[in-house]
Amino acid sequence: MAKKIIPYAVPMPEQDPKERIHNFNEVPLGYSPEMAIAEANRCLQCKKAPCIAGCPVAIDIPAFINLIAQGDFIAAYRKVMEKNVLPAICGRVCPQEDQCQKMCVMGVKNEPIAIGRLERFVADYAMQVGKTEVPQRLRSTGKRVAVIGSGPSGLTVAGDLAKMGHSVTLFEALHATGGVLVYGIPEFRLPKDILKKETEVLAKLGVEIQTDYVIGITEMVDELLDRYQAIFIGTGAGLPYFMNIPGENLNGVYSANEFLTRNNLMRAYLFPQWDTPIKPSRNVAVIGGGNTAMDAVRIAKRLGAENAYLIYRRSRAEMPARDEEIHHAQEEGIIFHLLENPIRIIGDEKGWVKEIELIRMELGEPDESGRRRPIPIKGSEHTLKVDTVIMAIGQGPNPLLLSTTPGLKLNKRGYIQVDPQTGATSKKGVFAGGDIVTGSATVILAMGAGRTAAKAMHEFLK
Amino acid sequence: MFKILKHAILGPQVKQLVFEAPAVARKRKPGQFVILRINESGERFPLTIADADPKAGTITIIFQEVGKSTFQLGTLKAGDAVLDIVGPLGKPTEIEKFGHVICMGGGVGVAEIYPVAMALREAGNEVTAIIGARSKDLVILEEQMRRASHKLWVTTDDGSYGYHGLVTDPLKEILNDTNKKVDRVFCIGPVPMMRAVAEATRPYGIPTIVSLNPIMVDGTGMCGACRVEVGGETKFACVDGPDFDAHQVNFDLLMKRLTIYKDQEKLSWELWKQQHGKCTKKS
Repeated sequence: MAKKIIPYAVPMPEQDPKERIHNFNEVPLGYSPEMAIAEANRCLQCKKAPCIAGCPVAIDIPAFINLIAQGDFIAAYRKVMEKNVLPAICGRVCPQEDQCQKMCVMGVKNEPIAIGRLERFVADYAMQVGKTEVPQRLRSTGKRVAVIGSGPSGLTVAGDLAKMGHSVTLFEALHATGGVLVYGIPEFRLPKDILKKETEVLAKLGVEIQTDYVIGITEMVDELLDRYQAIFIGTGAGLPYFMNIPGENLNGVYSANEFLTRNNLMRAYLFPQWDTPIKPSRNVAVIGGGNTAMDAVRIAKRLGAENAYLIYRRSRAEMPARDEEIHHAQEEGIIFHLLENPIRIIGDEKGWVKEIELIRMELGEPDESGRRRPIPIKGSEHTLKVDTVIMAIGQGPNPLLLSTTPGLKLNKRGYIQVDPQTGATSKKGVFAGGDIVTGSATVILAMGAGRTAAKAMHEFLK
Repeated sequence: MFKILKHAILGPQVKQLVFEAPAVARKRKPGQFVILRINESGERFPLTIADADPKAGTITIIFQEVGKSTFQLGTLKAGDAVLDIVGPLGKPTEIEKFGHVICMGGGVGVAEIYPVAMALREAGNEVTAIIGARSKDLVILEEQMRRASHKLWVTTDDGSYGYHGLVTDPLKEILNDTNKKVDRVFCIGPVPMMRAVAEATRPYGIPTIVSLNPIMVDGTGMCGACRVEVGGETKFACVDGPDFDAHQVNFDLLMKRLTIYKDQEKLSWELWKQQHGKCTKKS
């Protein structure tokens, strides 16, 4: 009997925008068991399952959804965990609409199955009922592996290699693990408790976690090679870019990295209970159109800004941010200034930001990124009254490790050159993956790169 | 956790702590700093490493109590611990045989110039040191500085000890002495002092190095909070510095950027005093 088609996905309940702009609690509230079963029942259980091919870590999606439909949520959770030990994180921050859900057969004519919401549901359910479990660990191989950076790629490599029986040390420069997940992604998108619980699995797998340890400073890669048989570099793209326009060093101008780090890692929104301050502001301009820009502008709104502007030089169609994030920002009253670009920041006599001067843009022919090139419209300069400006225009590779590791080949853009099949670098025994190879990308792509490298490292260690 | 092995009071509101931090101690060179966080709700803040003992695995931090975090740090005793210490951060001070060098420290900056002076002396330089404080009781590390230099000047603003005047006064005397060639000047202290030293040596064209102390968060080049302008270019003090050519530094900008959180720092400090009034009186 052919399955009845239900065209629309079960909506995810969300915090009311009017409420949520006054708190840092999570915005999407998650499915109830009934909602999850209803959504799971929409799945066509395709034999060819193109969704699996759309997942960088190849989760057996139809299988875990089928288990949800049967009401066996813990079995569904275990099925996901076979391929992804961070399901609560991925269910929240993966761009499913560009990956598994994009391939969903149901999505050709109707709304695709809400795979990400279901992944999140099983992970949260397992946490709630206390059934999270540590994956099986194979017999110790006696091999030692160092993983540098505890972001998405590093966490994946550490988890995978520990499961295979290797002895893994995870080095992190900051005081907390998670990399961009802890300093970059705000509480209302990924609660720190969830992150903490999910990364605790690594410690249970026997991964030794060394925070406050900067490879390239506290110890060099070549020194690690004396103690470890293989090394994975997953240090991310953590060097903030500025626009190089006048006024960028005025008080009140932040890199998105600083603004996000103060609020996410250091909890400046809880000042003065927590010690790290952030300056309250009334009119905030965030420059950029990616997820980082959306996170920053939504934080600014929650910190009490009357006007939180998002300034992007192209149009809505070219914005790299996820649709869901743009939609959430719009619901929260973020004011979009599209096709506008800053040309200078104007300060008062005390050195504080007072205004930002913008120029209108129009779109020309596509550039090398495939997106239409923004061209300034002469004579369209105008100013906007702001007291805070946040630059969210991208990041580059941090040179601390790269410049202290002789023999590590970089590409033209300054990222580590690797064999895409294995993640192997030009240095024997040293592998790399994530943003330090690709430049700023997504959490799941970094995890996929980690998975690839872990497999190759396992082979290398044999 | 990083354990405190020794706690000493060097002067009013000036404390010295010796921490167990073997990885930092192993790598540390003069001019470098650590980022420290006391507890879970604490802020990350930079402190220069005054001394290190790689064999014992310890580092020495000397600091002045100026706000909540430093006062809170000052209440810790031997046996206590802080949650995080990361380092050694920043580029080490360039040490080589320059000839005759002047090492200048103001206030708690003396603790920071001390390892630099020591290293310069060991590298075969003739070291003249000038250290200054507001008054006699604020003069620190005089004996250590005497050992690290061939000639030491101590100045106090109020004349209660040593040379009555600012550190730039003896500096100008030396610069004016045509019999005495100066090859390089190193200066660490409050921004107005570093600026005054830069202006004093500029006419003579003597290379002058200052160590800048902007606000920092991560200390590894990730956040850009510590932006300074040197020679018209933006630099991150945490990874490009903290040492810079004094004649190229935009001190005005540095001063302004240091005031960004003035109101919040005051609030934080007032709240802490209300809650911990007794502790500060005791120490």
